[in-house]
Amino acid sequence: MQDFLNAFFSLDIISQAWPILLQGFWVTLWLSALVIPLGLISGTVLALLSTVRSRWVAWPLWAWVDFFRAIPPLVLLVFIYAGLPFAGFEVSAVGAVALGFFLNTGAYYGEILRAGIESVPRGQLEAARSTGLTRWQAMQHVILPQAVRNVLPDLISNTLEVVKLTSIASVVALPELLFQARQAQSVTYNASPIMAAAIIYFILLWPVVRLLSRLENRQLAARR
Amino acid sequence: MTSWDRFTDSFFNARVAAEYLPKIIDGFWLTIALALCIIATGLTAGLALAVIRSFSIRPLNWLIIFVVDLFRALPPLVIIALLYFGLPSAGLTMDGFTATWLSLSFVLMAFTEEIFWAGITAVPRGQWEAARSTGLGFLPTLGHVVLPQAIRMTIPPLTNRTIAITKGTALGSVVAVSEILGAAQAGVSFSFNPTPLTLGALAYVVLFVPVVIFGRWIETRFAWKR
Repeated sequence: MQDFLNAFFSLDIISQAWPILLQGFWVTLWLSALVIPLGLISGTVLALLSTVRSRWVAWPLWAWVDFFRAIPPLVLLVFIYAGLPFAGFEVSAVGAVALGFFLNTGAYYGEILRAGIESVPRGQLEAARSTGLTRWQAMQHVILPQAVRNVLPDLISNTLEVVKLTSIASVVALPELLFQARQAQSVTYNASPIMAAAIIYFILLWPVVRLLSRLENRQLAARR
Repeated sequence: MTSWDRFTDSFFNARVAAEYLPKIIDGFWLTIALALCIIATGLTAGLALAVIRSFSIRPLNWLIIFVVDLFRALPPLVIIALLYFGLPSAGLTMDGFTATWLSLSFVLMAFTEEIFWAGITAVPRGQWEAARSTGLGFLPTLGHVVLPQAIRMTIPPLTNRTIAITKGTALGSVVAVSEILGAAQAGVSFSFNPTPLTLGALAYVVLFVPVVIFGRWIETRFAWKR
C-alpha cells in the first residue's frame, strides 16, 4: 500500500513537478480556447451549407462530414503533422492541432447544429422571410438562436469531448497538461505527476459533467 | 520530377505500399479485435452498473455516480497513460493492448451506464407499478418490462457513443499497440515515406465509414416522432 501511495500520490514529487504541470494546464486552457471556436465556426458553416437544397452541395457535404467523422482524430493529427512535411508543407505542432481539430470537431459540431436547424419548424423560416427578412437574416436572427437552444446539451457535451481531446496534442509534443505530466513522470520514474494531471482534468471538467448529466436526463424524460 | 510526381511518389508510392500493406492489414484486424473487446466489456459493465443503480442503495449509487463522472471527465489518453506508464512504478506492468482495452472499456462503461440509467428513469413510474401489481418481482419487472423499453430508447445515443469510443483504439499507438495507426507510423519511420499513413487512413475509412453510415441509419430508424 505504501509503495502504491509513493508511486501515485507522492506529494514530494507532485510539488517538484507543480510548476511545469501548471504551465501545461495553461497551455491546455488556451489550446481549448483556440480549437473550440475553430470547430464551432467550421460546424456553423457546414450546418448552414446543409440547408442548401442543391445536390451539388449536399453530396460533397455528406462525404466531407462522414469522412472526418470516420477518421480518428489522432490519425488525422499524425497525418497532418508527420505526413504533410513530405508534401513540402512544414506545419508546427499548434498548426497541426488547429487544422486537425478544425476538420474533425467541425464535422461533429456541424452534425449537431444541422440537427438543431432541422428541429426548428419550416414555417418559422417562411414566416420570417415573409416579413421581408433575407434568407441570411432569417437564419441569423430566427432559426439559429432556436436551433442552438434546442441542441444545447449536445453542444456542451461535444465541447467537453473537445477539451478532453486536446490531450492528444501531447503526441505531437505540444506541451499541454498530459505532455508535461509525461515529461515529469519519465524524469522521476514516478506516476504521481500523471495522477496529478488526472486530478486537474477532473477538477476542471467535473462541473461540466454534472451539468450535462442533469440536462441529458431532462431531455430524455421530455421525449416521452 | 514535377511536384505532382513528387506528391504521388510520397503519398501513393506503390513499392512502399506493397511492402507495408500486410502490416497495415494485421493492424486492421488488431483494431477490430481491440474494438470488439472494448464494446463487449464496456457495454456489459455499463448495463450492470445501471441495473445495480436501480436497486437504489444510497452509498452504492453515490459510488456509481462518482465512477461514472470520473470516467466521463478524464481524457481517455490520460487513463491509458496512467495504466501503462504509471502502474510499472507500483511494480505492476501492463501491456499496451490491455491498457488501451481497460481504459476505453471504463470510458464506454461510464457513458453506457449514464445512457441506460437515463433510459430506465424515462420509463413512466406507472409501468413499474402496473407490472409489480401483476405479481412480477423487481428483477423480472426490470428485465421484461422496463429494460426492453429503456434500451429501445437508448439505441441511437448508445450507438453514436460506442462508435466514438471505438475510434479511440487509435490511441493504442501511443502505448506501442501495433493497430492500424501504430503499424502505419512504424512503416513511415522505416521507409521514410508517408505512404503507410495514407494506407492507414484508408483502412480507417474502410472500417469506419460503414459504421458511421450505420449510426446515421440507426438514428433515423429509431427517431422519436415529434
